[in-house]
Amino acid sequence: MNAIDTTVSRRKGTIDMAHGGGGRAMAELITGLFQKHLGNPILAQGNDAALLDTPTGRLVMSTDGHVISPIFFPGGDIGSLSVHGTLNDVAMAGAKPLYLTAGFILEEGYPLADLERIVVSMAHAAREASVPIVTGDTKVVEKGKGDGVFITTTGLGVVPEGVHVSIERAQPGQAILLSGSIGDHGVAILSKRENLEFETEIRSDSAALHTLVADMVATAPGIAVLRDPTRGGLAATLNEIARAAKVGMHLDEAAIPVKPDVAAACELLGLDPLYVANEGKLICLCEPEDAEPLLAAMKAHPFGKDAARIGTVTDDAAHLVEMETGIGGLRVVDWLSGEQLPRIC
Amino acid sequence: MKYVAEYRDKDLAKSVASAIQREAKPGRTYNIMEFCGGHTHAIFRYGVQNLMPENVHFVHGPGCPVCVLPVRRLDDAVEIAERHNVILCTYGDMMRVPGTKQRSLIRAKADGADIRMVYSTLDALKIARDNPEREVVFFAIGFETTTPPTAVAIKQAEEEGLKNFSVFCNHVLTPSAIGHILQSPEVRELGTVQIDGFLGPSHVSSVIGFEPYEYFAEEFQKPVVIAGFEPLDVMQSTLMLIRQINEGRHEVENEYTRVVTREGNLKAQALVSDIFELRTSFEWRGLGPVPYSALQIRENYADFDAERRFEVSPKQSREVKSCECPAILRGVKKPTDCKLFGTVCTPDNPMGSCMVSSEGACAAYWTYGRYRDKTARQQKEAAA
Repeated sequence: MNAIDTTVSRRKGTIDMAHGGGGRAMAELITGLFQKHLGNPILAQGNDAALLDTPTGRLVMSTDGHVISPIFFPGGDIGSLSVHGTLNDVAMAGAKPLYLTAGFILEEGYPLADLERIVVSMAHAAREASVPIVTGDTKVVEKGKGDGVFITTTGLGVVPEGVHVSIERAQPGQAILLSGSIGDHGVAILSKRENLEFETEIRSDSAALHTLVADMVATAPGIAVLRDPTRGGLAATLNEIARAAKVGMHLDEAAIPVKPDVAAACELLGLDPLYVANEGKLICLCEPEDAEPLLAAMKAHPFGKDAARIGTVTDDAAHLVEMETGIGGLRVVDWLSGEQLPRIC
Repeated sequence: MKYVAEYRDKDLAKSVASAIQREAKPGRTYNIMEFCGGHTHAIFRYGVQNLMPENVHFVHGPGCPVCVLPVRRLDDAVEIAERHNVILCTYGDMMRVPGTKQRSLIRAKADGADIRMVYSTLDALKIARDNPEREVVFFAIGFETTTPPTAVAIKQAEEEGLKNFSVFCNHVLTPSAIGHILQSPEVRELGTVQIDGFLGPSHVSSVIGFEPYEYFAEEFQKPVVIAGFEPLDVMQSTLMLIRQINEGRHEVENEYTRVVTREGNLKAQALVSDIFELRTSFEWRGLGPVPYSALQIRENYADFDAERRFEVSPKQSREVKSCECPAILRGVKKPTDCKLFGTVCTPDNPMGSCMVSSEGACAAYWTYGRYRDKTARQQKEAAA
C-alpha cells in the first residue's frame, strides 16, 4: 500500500506548505502516515468520497471541530478526543455509530513526530470503538495562522428501531441520571495549560460512550434525553435542556459525584465543578420507573460505574435549574457567562 | 476534603440555622454587611440566605477587588498594554471589566494587545524570565490577601536582577474602606443604610490580624466578627453577630480561629511594609477618593513600578451612565434597584464591575439570587 518513499519529508521533521500542496509530499503524508495508521478497506479504496453500506434505520450525523490546547494532556490528546467527541455526539441520539471522517488543518512547522503520535492515538480510539475512519482531508496553513493541529471529525450512525431520544422529550417528573464524576477533563486540561502543579495527576475522562448508550437503550428504550456535558459542564447542559424543553430541574448537590482531587483543584482555583468540561460522561433523562434499572445497567459498564441519580425534572415556569446545596440551602445553577475564570482571592 | 467538608455539613448547618431562628428577635431586623466578595459568593453559592429568618439581611459591601477598581486605573492598564507593547499579566476576573466606552482587557487582547491571564504573581515572573526581550507588567489588584504575593514577586525580581518586570500597583486596604463607609452620610446622618454589624474578611485578617478592626468597632459601636468563607463559617459568624447585637455589645470577635490571630502574620506584614507605602489618597469605585486606603511601591523599588516606568496619558474616564455600581458598592442600593440590572446589564454583557466578578453583588445576585425572586413572587401570588 505504501509505495511512496516517505523518508524525504520525514527527514525534515516538520509540516511544510508542500504537505498541503497536492503533490508528492502530500501523497507521502497521506499514505505514509494517515493511511498507515488509520487504514481500513474503505479508506484504502482511495476515493475522494467513501462508499458506505448502511443498515436500515434513521441516520444520525454529527460534526465537531477540535482546537484544544494543550494538544497532549493527561488521559488523552486531540486525536483520541476528536474520535470520542464525535462518537459521543452520535451516541447521544441513542444511535450506534458506524463511520467517522477526519479533516486535518496543520500548521506549517508542526513536528511530524507529534502528528504521528496524534494519528496513532486516533487510530487506537477508532479501533477500540470499532468505528472506522473512512475518508478525510488535509490542509496546511502558514506558520502563525494555526495552532499546530486542528481536527474536524464527522460521525455517521443509525438509531435502533423504537428508540427516540431527543431534547424536547424532557418532561416534569423524569429522573436525571449522571454516568459518573464531573470536572475531570476540564481540570486535567487546566492543570497542563496553566502549568499548575497538583500533587496527584488528574486525568481526563475522555472516552467513547456508545457502548454504554447501547446497554442503556437496550435496558430502557424509552429514554427521553441523552446529552454529554462537555463545554460549560453539567450546568450548561442542564440549562440547555431546560430552556429547549421548557421545563425546570431540581438537583441534589450531595448526589453529584466529584472526585476528591478534582474538588480540591476546583477549590484551589475558585472554580465550580458544575461548570467544568467533561468528555466521557453523559446525562440521561428517563421516566422515574426506568431510573433504577438504568442505573444498574450503567453501573455494570466501566464508563458508568459511578452513575447516580442527581435530580428530577420540574415544571418550573421560569425554566430554572435549581439545586439543594450540600448544607440544605437552595440556589440557581445558572448558565455560565463567558469562560469560567478563577477568582482572585 | 478534610478541613472543608466539616464546614459544609448539612446537619451542623441545620443546627446553626435553628439557633439563628431562635435568637433573632422577631421585633427587629438585623442588617449585616459582608464586606468581602468572598462572603457574598459563599452566601449565594450555598443558599445561605435561604436558611436565614426573614429579618436577617445581608448587605453586600465593597469588598470585591475587581469591583472597587476605578475605571481610570483600568483604562490606564489597557493603555499600558496597547501603547507600550508590553506583556500585561492579570488575574482572570479583571479581563472582562468594562472601562471607558465598554473597553475591557479582553477586547484589547482581541485587538492584538498581549494580555495574559495568570494564576499567581509567580506565573508573571516566569513570563518575564521566558521573554527577556519584552517588558512584562503585572496588573496587581486586591486587598491585603493578595498584597504579600505581589511583594514576594518584586523581591524575587530584584534578587534575580530581572530588568523587564514591573508591577502596576492597585492594592487597597480593608480597614480604611470600612471606616470610610461608616463615616459616609448614608450611614452616619441620613440613615438610609442600616448596618448593625460586619462580617470581617478572614483572609485579610490572616495577614493583618483582627486588631485593626478594634478601633472602629469601638468608635462606631458596630460589632465585627472575623468570618471564614465556608458556609458554616458565615452562618456561625452571623449567629455571633446576632448575639452581640442582642446584648448591645460591639466587639471584634474571631470566628476563624483556625487561622486568624489578633496580630496576624508578622512576617508578611514586614515584607509588605518593606516594599510598599501608603498612598495619601486612592480613588475607589463607589466610594470616591479614600485617604490612606491604598499602597504604592516605595522609592527603593522604583525600578519595579510600572507607574514610573510607563507614562499614561491623562484621559477622561467614564463609567456607564445610570450604572448603579457605586451605590451598590456602598450598600445604598441593591442590584435590583439598578435600571440596567438584568436588562442591558447581564454577566454576558456587563455594564459595570459588580456584574463581572463572581464576587460582585450584581453577578452573584443574578447567578444565584433569582431563586429568591421566584419564591417571593410565588408567595406574593399565593397571598393575593
